[in-house]
Amino acid sequence: MKKLKPLIEKLKAWRITIGTAGALGLFAAGIIFWGGFNTVLEATNKEEFCISCHEMRENVYREYKETIHYTNRTGVRATCPDCHVPKDWSHKIIRKIQASKEVWGKLTGSIDTPEKFNAKRAQLAQNEWARMKATDSRECRNCHNFEYMDFGEQGRRAMKMHAEAQSQGKTCIDCHKGIAHALPPIDQNIGHQNDNAIVLPHGEAPDKNPLDKPQSPDATPPK
Amino acid sequence: MMNRVLTALLTTLLICSLPFIASAQILEGASEIPAEAKSQADMFRIERDQAPIARNYLQQPPLIPHAVKGYTITKNFNKCLDCHSWARYSETGATKVSLTHFKDREGKELNSISPLRYFCTQCHVPQYNAQPFVKNTFAPVTTMQKGK
Ligand code: HEC
Ligand code: HEC
Ligand code: HEC
Ligand code: HEC
Ligand code: HEC
Ligand code: HEC
Repeated sequence: MKKLKPLIEKLKAWRITIGTAGALGLFAAGIIFWGGFNTVLEATNKEEFCISCHEMRENVYREYKETIHYTNRTGVRATCPDCHVPKDWSHKIIRKIQASKEVWGKLTGSIDTPEKFNAKRAQLAQNEWARMKATDSRECRNCHNFEYMDFGEQGRRAMKMHAEAQSQGKTCIDCHKGIAHALPPIDQNIGHQNDNAIVLPHGEAPDKNPLDKPQSPDATPPK
Repeated sequence: MMNRVLTALLTTLLICSLPFIASAQILEGASEIPAEAKSQADMFRIERDQAPIARNYLQQPPLIPHAVKGYTITKNFNKCLDCHSWARYSETGATKVSLTHFKDREGKELNSISPLRYFCTQCHVPQYNAQPFVKNTFAPVTTMQKGK
């Protein structure tokens, strides 16, 4: 028993050392992990990363290059993550986890040919619209804000519609679909063209949908 | 004999010098176009949104009184009709396309936008702040003149 006592003492001392070392080690690992994690997060939040996949580069990127968010008078750009990835940390993480679906899509080749992409585009666009509608176009509002828009500087049509939008509680994506990419087939209620394709919601309240309103006598196209 | 040699010699000379003559001509042609001329294409700007522009004659396709940048017309989607269609005009405040846009070339009434009228910018054009190169005395037809 007496022989054991020093051993126990030693163990106790070790425990403290091990404990301290362990804690320090974990702390260091944490820093490295955390740093690494955020570095990865940073790296995957760049346009170069998005267009490293040909699925993104050959379709949506090409179209986006023709639009105002790629080139404009002032040279201020909005890149892919600006519109598609939330800025604040917790929403960003959630979006990143959702985006693992894209890695799966890449592996299974869900949109790896133009034909497959076109066939799936309506679905992808609708996902994105639903997301933006649910967040009140949060990503657009990171850069644009009704409060600071000088309506007087805007065109006649924008001025009128933005005033209405504000009073009716509409959000950017209600009216600005297709702002950065070409749209999938849309049924525009103009006859045979794209009959039965998806319709473009414009943020109407269900009872205010213009198609449900009784039409005035002169508002029926000829049969 | 001497003649033949001479002809052969002259022909060879001519053939050999052809590329030089040609390139000299190209250079001469190039020097006639001043370098700045390239930028002329982008000199004019599209006019700001305005009220509908008065028409000058009957059956004139009205001029587009607003910006059209980024408005694409594809098989999938016609941006113009997103505002000008019968389903959308009342909400957007745009003029709805008239009945003639539902007629085929035989004048038969269709119940959809005529393929003849799908590509709006074939007939309707936006306005730039460019002055006419040549003065002209064009006047609108009397029925279109205001206050007469
Ligand atoms: C690994 C290749 C790859 C990379 C890198 C990539 N994507 Fe994608 N992305 C895809 C594939 C594949 C799909 C289709 C997923 C499916 O079939 O549902 C997709 C779909 C999308 C969608 C539609 C989303 C939805 O919910 O349907 C958006 C938006 C998108 N990508 C944006 C981005 C952005 C922004 C980036 C950069 C941060 C990016 N992608 C990087 C391959 C990639
Ligand atoms: C100005 C904001 C904006 C920018 C910048 C932007 N997008 Fe989009 N993106 C959208 C909107 C809005 C949609 C929803 C569909 C629509 O309205 O066209 C969308 C849809 C998509 C889709 C779904 C397929 C489709 O066409 O609907 C993919 C994939 C996508 N974006 C990828 C990208 C990539 C990659 C980039 C960078 C090259 C990018 N986006 C840049 C706003 C943007
Ligand atoms: C990173 C900042 C940023 C984000 C995010 C962003 N935009 Fe923009 N947006 C700009 C800039 C910069 C311009 C061009 C301003 C200029 O020079 O005229 C612009 C221009 C526009 C225009 C004017 C188009 C025209 O032809 O005049 C519209 C409409 C627009 N944005 C809508 C949106 C919508 C909708 C979203 C969200 C899907 C969005 N923006 C997201 C920065 C951004
Ligand atoms: C009720 C429909 C509607 C809503 C909602 C809406 N817009 Fe617009 N916006 C328009 C129309 C119509 C125009 C003018 C036509 C065009 O640019 O295609 C316009 C034009 C613009 C322009 C260009 C202005 C100019 O004249 O130079 C910007 C920038 C813009 N919108 C941003 C936004 C943003 C950001 C939001 C969300 C905060 C938003 N819009 C919400 C209908 C809307
Ligand atoms: C964002 C909605 C919108 C879009 C998109 C749009 N327009 Fe218009 N357009 C209007 C409005 C609103 C007016 C009426 C102008 C006013 O009163 O301020 C108008 C007026 C016109 C007029 C004049 C009508 C008349 O009676 O003189 C023509 C022509 C026209 N647009 C053609 C086009 C064409 C062609 C396109 C596509 C390249 C187009 N518009 C896209 C909203 C739009
Ligand atoms: C083949 C030439 C042509 C094409 C293509 C065409 N239009 Fe017209 N448009 C006309 C002519 C001519 C008029 C004036 C006489 C009339 O109403 O037919 C007119 C009139 C209009 C008017 C004024 C209607 C009114 O009641 O005063 C609008 C708005 C209009 N067009 C929009 C469009 C749109 C949007 C498109 C594309 C979907 C389009 N047009 C395609 C020739 C054309």
